[in-house]
Amino acid sequence: MPAHNSHIELIQQVLWLIPILPLAGFLFTGLLGSRLPDKANGWIASLMVFGSFLLSLFTFRHLLAIESGHRLVEVDLFNWVTIGSKFTISVSFQLDPLSQVMLLVVTGVGFLIHVYSIGYMAGDRSVARYFSFLNLFMFAMLLLVMGGNYLVMFIGWEGVGLCSYLLIGFWFTDMQKAIAGKKAFIVNRIGDFGFLLGVFLIYKIFGSLDYTTVMGQLGHFHTGNAMITAATMLLFVGAMGKSAQIPLYVWLPDAMAGPTPVSALIHAATMVTAGVYMVARNAMLYNLAPASMTLVATIGALTAIFAATIGLMQHDIKKVLAYSTVSQLGYMFLAVGVGAYSAGIFHLMTHAFFKALLFLGAGSVIHAMHKALHHSDKDPQDMRNMGGLRRYMPATFGTFLIATLAISGIPPLSGFFSKDEILWNTFNNGHPVLWIIGLTAAGLTAFYMFRLLIRTFFGSYQGTAEEQSQLHESPSTMTVPLIILAVLAAVGGFIGIPELFGTNYIHHFLNEVFVSPAQLHLEHGATAAHAVHGHATLEISLMVISVLVALAGILTAHHFYHRKPELPARLRQRFAGLHRLVYNKYFVDELYEKVVIGPLRGLCNFFYNIGDRMLVEGMVNGSGHLVNGIGSIVRLLQSGSVRHYLLGMMAGAIVMIILVVYL
Amino acid sequence: MILTTHYLVLSIILFSIGAAGVLVRRNLLVILMSLELMLNAVNISLAAFSQLHGDLSGQVLIFFSMVVAAAEVALGLAIVILLFRHRQELNIELFKSLKG
Repeated sequence: MPAHNSHIELIQQVLWLIPILPLAGFLFTGLLGSRLPDKANGWIASLMVFGSFLLSLFTFRHLLAIESGHRLVEVDLFNWVTIGSKFTISVSFQLDPLSQVMLLVVTGVGFLIHVYSIGYMAGDRSVARYFSFLNLFMFAMLLLVMGGNYLVMFIGWEGVGLCSYLLIGFWFTDMQKAIAGKKAFIVNRIGDFGFLLGVFLIYKIFGSLDYTTVMGQLGHFHTGNAMITAATMLLFVGAMGKSAQIPLYVWLPDAMAGPTPVSALIHAATMVTAGVYMVARNAMLYNLAPASMTLVATIGALTAIFAATIGLMQHDIKKVLAYSTVSQLGYMFLAVGVGAYSAGIFHLMTHAFFKALLFLGAGSVIHAMHKALHHSDKDPQDMRNMGGLRRYMPATFGTFLIATLAISGIPPLSGFFSKDEILWNTFNNGHPVLWIIGLTAAGLTAFYMFRLLIRTFFGSYQGTAEEQSQLHESPSTMTVPLIILAVLAAVGGFIGIPELFGTNYIHHFLNEVFVSPAQLHLEHGATAAHAVHGHATLEISLMVISVLVALAGILTAHHFYHRKPELPARLRQRFAGLHRLVYNKYFVDELYEKVVIGPLRGLCNFFYNIGDRMLVEGMVNGSGHLVNGIGSIVRLLQSGSVRHYLLGMMAGAIVMIILVVYL
Repeated sequence: MILTTHYLVLSIILFSIGAAGVLVRRNLLVILMSLELMLNAVNISLAAFSQLHGDLSGQVLIFFSMVVAAAEVALGLAIVILLFRHRQELNIELFKSLKG
């Protein structure tokens, strides 16, 4: 296939440049940025990411030119580790449909958020540091999604964790924010530990860390293999940490301490989806481990509904979005757990659009509120201080509305298609209970998102008239990315419309990554048969149900917060205990404090006091004290009187003579 | 007839007088003199043994011993002079500043 080879060569030539550009941006802004004006830093960093985005489009075009089923390009950059003759690890990149989709999402959304940051961070004291971290994050994230083996992925995996820590604690002089960064890092490290163990196990099973080698050997294993089940479960522990799933989700809401564009980029659109990507990347492994799949799906569904209920009660605009992110990530895991990998990645993509848009919109609101409230000590993120902002920030409001409709699952916006794809697959693959949980979570999502929308943009402003006069729309570097993302959030779903109505492009594009060629062939026949027989009515009725649930959520929110604003307070009093439980996030943080952190601290204190203070320091200081003690006794012998010394000498001589003569 | 034993007895007596002087007296000069006495007591015994064995190396050793003693006295007297200049007194009890 000479035509193929030319495309593959072209991709191989440019692929390494995609992560190198942000790395160069990181080095440049990091080393020299403080001498440049803030704007220059922002634009340099943005241009680097834009370059990566253009290159991703270029590789996309050439990847499409390759025949479906053969879309896999590998590049070995250099040999990194060689131990003996068997163990070699090279820094290699791999481009296939899955990493291609991730590349486009990461660089595209990343670029928009970089541009937005120029406006948002204007006037901050260390803009250069901010952009260098942001570029470093892009580099690590691109390594993660492009890596051709588990180790390169792991470097990216750790790299994004580091950048997340650096950016959450960006305003590190505020103790609260520094602690939030630390918490994110530590919780992530717990997950990473599992991930690393999973990688070790994979090496033990397959003798290689290369994706293609590993996937190529899967034919020798049968479904339910214990080793593979263990490996996939360990990998999923890593995903729990990185993608904020029960029980390791606790860091994500706290991560909102970082600048809002960071929340949009790292804690909504890209980094937190790394776990979903990782599970999808190992789809063929998970296919062999039904137990792990069930675990993934269950954890995903539980997280989806658990986080959604917490989101109902929060007053901080970013906290609502944070819990919403946790919940939506749960959806993605539900999808990959029931085997609908392409639906999961599809939702990952649409979620990146609308959730980034929601965060950036919230950032725009916070930006305005910050200016308006800068004389008072009111919290610019608290929704109770807002209201009626629709009139002052039309662009923000319009885009926010689109994103809210999209996340609520209103057709024909992007969220509807991806969410419905997940729910349909959950039901169709035989998980009706998980389907009901997912559906409920969808209703709750619609409710809390409209609660947020109504309390922020509708009604009347809750503050003083003086504050009100200072409210204004954000600068164009902020609104233009909002508008672009709004367009994407609106139309992004059309690449994945159900087979009933057209072609699910993204499913066909991605599917070759998730199933072996033989299965792919089978499935082609099956989907055609599906479409003809029976399922059509069922699929449409499920679709109608989910739309109705979303509408019900919206109407309830409207009823509660627009028509009868006194109703929530009455309900709060009626169910005081329940409200307290949910409002305090089920006391999970307190529980962890008691069950995990407290005992751990006790153990640390034990080792500090017994092991370190008593044993180690005791030995080191003890030897000093010993010498001191002996010295203080022996020094008395040295009286300074010469006659005593002479007497000693004489006595010694006599003793020696006696010894020599008589013994 | 004077036997080797007589020389040795003399040597022991002289040595003991010297040792007692070193231990008992307080004047530094006297202590130095007593030290000389001890050295010479040893020299006498060396000469006596040399005579007894008919071997000259004992007497050769005496010359070495005398040379060393001369050097020691030169140094010792110099120190004594310095100490005297320092304190105008040679009582050894005054020089206890090297106490540990």
